[in-house]
Amino acid sequence: MTAPSAETSSNEAGAPHRARRVPDWVKGHILLLPTSVVFLFLLIIPTWIVIQISLARRVEFPLFGRFSWHHLVWSNYSDALNPVYLPIMIRSIEYAAFATLICIALGFPLAYWIARFSGRFRNVFLVLVIIPFLTSYLIRIYAWRVILGGDGLLNTTLGHLGLGSSHEFTNTSGAVILGLVYGFLPFMVLPLYASIERMDKALIEASYDLGHGKASTFWRVILPSVLPGLVAGVLLVFIPAVGDFVTADYLGGVRTRVIGQVIDDNFVGGGNNWPLGSALSMLLMLFILIGVFVYLWRVGEDTL
Amino acid sequence: VSRPKSALRARYLKWHALLVYVFLFLPIVILIVFSFNHARSGTDWTGFSTRWYHQLIHDPDVLRAFRATLKVAFIATAAATVIGTLGAFALARFHFFGRAGYSTLVFISLVMPEVVMGISMLAFFKRELHWQTNLNTVILAHIAFCIPFVVVVVRARLAQFDDRLIDAASDLGATPTQSFLRIVLPLAAPGIAAGAMLAFTISLDDLVITHFTTGPGGTTLPNYIFGELHFGVSPAINALSTIVLLFSLLLLTLAGILSVRSSRRGAGGIDATAIA
Repeated sequence: MTAPSAETSSNEAGAPHRARRVPDWVKGHILLLPTSVVFLFLLIIPTWIVIQISLARRVEFPLFGRFSWHHLVWSNYSDALNPVYLPIMIRSIEYAAFATLICIALGFPLAYWIARFSGRFRNVFLVLVIIPFLTSYLIRIYAWRVILGGDGLLNTTLGHLGLGSSHEFTNTSGAVILGLVYGFLPFMVLPLYASIERMDKALIEASYDLGHGKASTFWRVILPSVLPGLVAGVLLVFIPAVGDFVTADYLGGVRTRVIGQVIDDNFVGGGNNWPLGSALSMLLMLFILIGVFVYLWRVGEDTL
Repeated sequence: VSRPKSALRARYLKWHALLVYVFLFLPIVILIVFSFNHARSGTDWTGFSTRWYHQLIHDPDVLRAFRATLKVAFIATAAATVIGTLGAFALARFHFFGRAGYSTLVFISLVMPEVVMGISMLAFFKRELHWQTNLNTVILAHIAFCIPFVVVVVRARLAQFDDRLIDAASDLGATPTQSFLRIVLPLAAPGIAAGAMLAFTISLDDLVITHFTTGPGGTTLPNYIFGELHFGVSPAINALSTIVLLFSLLLLTLAGILSVRSSRRGAGGIDATAIA
C-alpha cells in the first residue's frame, strides 16, 4: 500500500505501450481504502450514533432509552429549540458572524497589501501572519486574558494612571468576539492572499483605462476575481468560530454562553444530558452543512 | 485615465497592515514579557526572574503532558500522512465513480466543528465500544482529523502536476515504477512535507478533540493548560506558553529551511496557502 504504483508495475514492467492497465477505479478505491476505513469508523459511524442518541429518550445518565425506529423521540430537538437554548444558538451565530465581518475588514486590506507588495520581503510579511496561527489557539486566547482579565495588564495600567483598576473587560460580548477575531484572522488572510495574488493586474489597468473609477473597479473587477478566496475565508473563520467554546470559556461569562459550551457541558461537564447535547450538535452541523452545500453549489468542489 | 489618490491608498494600506501586525503580535509579546515577571500573580512588574521556567522543568505533570503531546503528534502525523497521501493520489490522479463522494466527505470532515467531531467520537468509543478513553483513543481521534488536512494539501500539490512528464519518462524507457519513484514522488514531496507539517502542528495544538476523547493518563499539554487556566492567570502558564510558542517557531523555521532548499532544487516550496 505504501507504493501506490506497485500493483501496476508488475503487469507493466517493460511494456512500453501500457498494455493491460489496471482500471482507474480499481486503483482509486485501493488507494482510498485506508482513508475509507478511518472515515467509516471515526466519522460516519460516530455521527450515526450521535443521531441515534439525539433521538433517544433521556432516562437517567448514563442510561438513556435505546434508539428505535418505531419510537423516535423528537423531544430533544424541541428542547434544543426552546427559549432556553435557541437564544444561545442565535448568540453563537451572531458572535461568529461579527467575528467574520471584522476579520474581512482587517484581513482584506492586509492581504491586498501583502499580495501587491513588490519588495523582496513579501514572503516575510506572509509568514508574519502565519506565525500566530502556528501558536496554540489556547495560548492566543489566554494572552488576551493576561491583558483584559480582572488583574490584567489593562486594569493594572489604568490603575497606575488613576483611572480605576476594577473595570470588567472580560465577561462581555466584545471580549468574546475580539478573541474569535484574534484566533481566526489568519484563516481569512491566507485564502484572500492566495486569490488576490493570482488575480491578473492587467484587469485593474484595463478597468481604469475603460473609464471605471476606483469604487466601480473594486466592485466589478477586484471583488469578483477574489470571491473564491473570500468565500473560503468566510467558511474557514465562521465554522470554527460558531462551534468554539474555548474563547467564551476564557473571555466570556454567564452572559455570553455559546452553543459549544452547552454541548461540552452536556457531554463532559455537569449537564449530563447526552441526548440534548447530541440534538444541539446535529442542529449545529445541519446549519453548517446548508452553508457548505450552498458554497459547493456556487463555487464548485474543485476550488477547495 | 490615471489612478486618483493611489499614493494615499498605498499609505493607508501600509498603516492598516502595520496596525494589524501590532494587533497580532502585541498580546504574544506581552505574554512572553510577563513570563519573566517575578510576581506570583497579577500584571504588576516586580522584577526579572526565570523562576517560573525552573519550576516548569521540574514539574512532573508538565513533563508527562509534554511527552504525551509529542507521542500523539508523531504517531498521528505519521499515520495521517501515509493514509492521506494515498487518498490524495487517488483523488488527484484518477477519475472514477465515487470520487466526488470522497471529495465531499473530506470537505465535510474539514468543516465539521471540532466540538461535534469530539462528542461523536466520545459517544462511539464510550457508548458503542465500551472503551475506557485514554491516550490511545486520543491518537485514533487525531489520526482521523489530521487525514483531511493532508489530503487537501497533497492533492493541491498534485493538481499542478504536468502529466507530460510521465509520458516523457515512458518515452525515454522508464518503467511506471521508475517514473513514480523518480518523477512523481520527488515532485509531490514538498506537498507531502507540507501536509505532514500541518498535521503535526494541528495535532500539537489540538484541545477540543483531545478534551472529549481523553481519559485517565491521557492529558496532553493543551489539556493541561486548559485545566490550569481555570485557576486564573499565572506566570507559570505564561512560561509554559512561551516554551510552546518557541517550539512552534522552531518547527516553522525548520519548515522554512526545507521549503527554501526544495525550491532551490526547482521542486517548489511549501505552499502556505495550500491549506486554504
